Amino acid sequence: MAGKKEEANIKAYSQNFTTMTPGPFAKKMRTCVLFQIIRFIIINLKMLVVVSKSH
Amino acid sequence: MARLVVLGGGVSGHTAATFAAKWLGSAHEVVVVTPNAKWNWIPSNIWVGVGQMSKEEVTFDLAPVYAKAGITYKQAKALSLNPEGNETSDKPFVTVEFTETGKAGTTENIEYDYIINATGPKLNFGATPGLGEGSNLGEFTVSVCTADHAVHAAEELEKCIQTMKKGERQKFLIGTGHGMCTCQGAAFEYIFNIEHELNKAGVRDMADIKWISNESFLGDFGVGGLHMKTMGYAVSSKIFAESLFTERGVDWIIGAHVNKVEKGKAHYELLDGSYGEEEFDFSMLIPPFAGVGLKAYAKDGSDITATVFAPNGFMKVDANYAAGAYENWKATDWPKTYQNPTYSNMFACGIAFAPPHPISKPMSSPNGTPINPTPPRTGMPSGIIGKAVAHSICDKILKGENAPLHEASMAHMGAACVASAGKGLFNGTAAAMTIYPVVPDFDKYPGTGRDTDYTFGEIGLAGHWIKHILHHLFIWKAKLKAGWTLIPE
Repeated sequence: MAGKKEEANIKAYSQNFTTMTPGPFAKKMRTCVLFQIIRFIIINLKMLVVVSKSH
Repeated sequence: MARLVVLGGGVSGHTAATFAAKWLGSAHEVVVVTPNAKWNWIPSNIWVGVGQMSKEEVTFDLAPVYAKAGITYKQAKALSLNPEGNETSDKPFVTVEFTETGKAGTTENIEYDYIINATGPKLNFGATPGLGEGSNLGEFTVSVCTADHAVHAAEELEKCIQTMKKGERQKFLIGTGHGMCTCQGAAFEYIFNIEHELNKAGVRDMADIKWISNESFLGDFGVGGLHMKTMGYAVSSKIFAESLFTERGVDWIIGAHVNKVEKGKAHYELLDGSYGEEEFDFSMLIPPFAGVGLKAYAKDGSDITATVFAPNGFMKVDANYAAGAYENWKATDWPKTYQNPTYSNMFACGIAFAPPHPISKPMSSPNGTPINPTPPRTGMPSGIIGKAVAHSICDKILKGENAPLHEASMAHMGAACVASAGKGLFNGTAAAMTIYPVVPDFDKYPGTGRDTDYTFGEIGLAGHWIKHILHHLFIWKAKLKAGWTLIPE
């Protein structure tokens, strides 16, 4: 099978045919600890801004 | 000495009562009336529902916490309000019925100077035949709305896993159990936790997982969807959600009003007017919410429930209930102070206040069946509103009746939402989202209705860690442990 595993769930002209699907790099980054530590800091800062704007 | 009575000990009521007790000190009295003996961090019920946490990890006894805070705690449920008193007294009071062992069924009239209605919802399982009776869950589906429900859900899930290990395929149906449900986010989180657990158990290939909900598009979440800034684009939550469902191999049915549930089968009507049915071996369908059924009586004993409460049982506050059609809706329709327009010493917060209208565009099938999400008022907004209301009342007590009220409109408030998909620290992931404001303001933010600098979402371990931290942080805060006031709602 030559196709990419990540794209196997998409079925032509079904309800999921028009969406995007992550490739191996995007999926790897989700669980890359170093990258996620950086995202953890950024997301927390963003959330703190939203919290402070809400009080 | 003034007395503040708080009806309900959930996120909103607990926040209001504990801050009020701190700000008022011992010179005034704060009374909490809640039928539950335990506080429940409801977002973590999802993990209980897949067997990754115990009930004890998401609940704790309220009595010692309230004793420490100097709050008078009555384990009881409110039955009715007499905001003008009765024929023998001008003092307003609330009638409660005790639920604690030994006093169950006995009633008491509690007089108050101020009252906060934070009762939360009635879980209206009875609205869908077969989903349950009244507020009781039926036998055909499971729920994660309470910790006990979640424990039961985990047991049923484990049975399905064992069945799949024996080689028998299983069908999972998760979503909303009525056309007028809210809390799609909880079901969203649960379906991906189940998917994660089935993978972990090595039986994912034996499972057909399907989502069913009343959203008109996937990713509506009861807030009319949202646009998130990603890679320079403002991307719709529809794309975000559809992508996740596709990646995890989960099918979906949307625009669905589940109108009947029987053993192993859910019947539904779609927005296009067609009808269908879906078989399942395991199903978690969120029930619609309603007010808890509080009555209100005038001084002469006449029924004024319709004056104080909206038809859905939620308390009327300073919202614009006459906004009319969707095209007329404004961000300013949403309440700011949560004060009852008829009785100025009555407030409502959390799910208990009557919203002016949904956030998602109202829709109905050609048969006239309304099918659209009702507005979420849980989590972060619920806590912020509870604190603002407590602040207003404390100012009135301490600074005088004319003290200005504090405001916390959902049209000026953001929310952070973390939907986990699995619990492991290094193999679980979560969708972390913020939305600002919760209620879109199309005048201020033309197009998307929201500030896309502060509305974002991404999937990864980071969000998952935040979910773990929030679990411990909010339970720490609710237990009033050191520094609890520094933890934001």
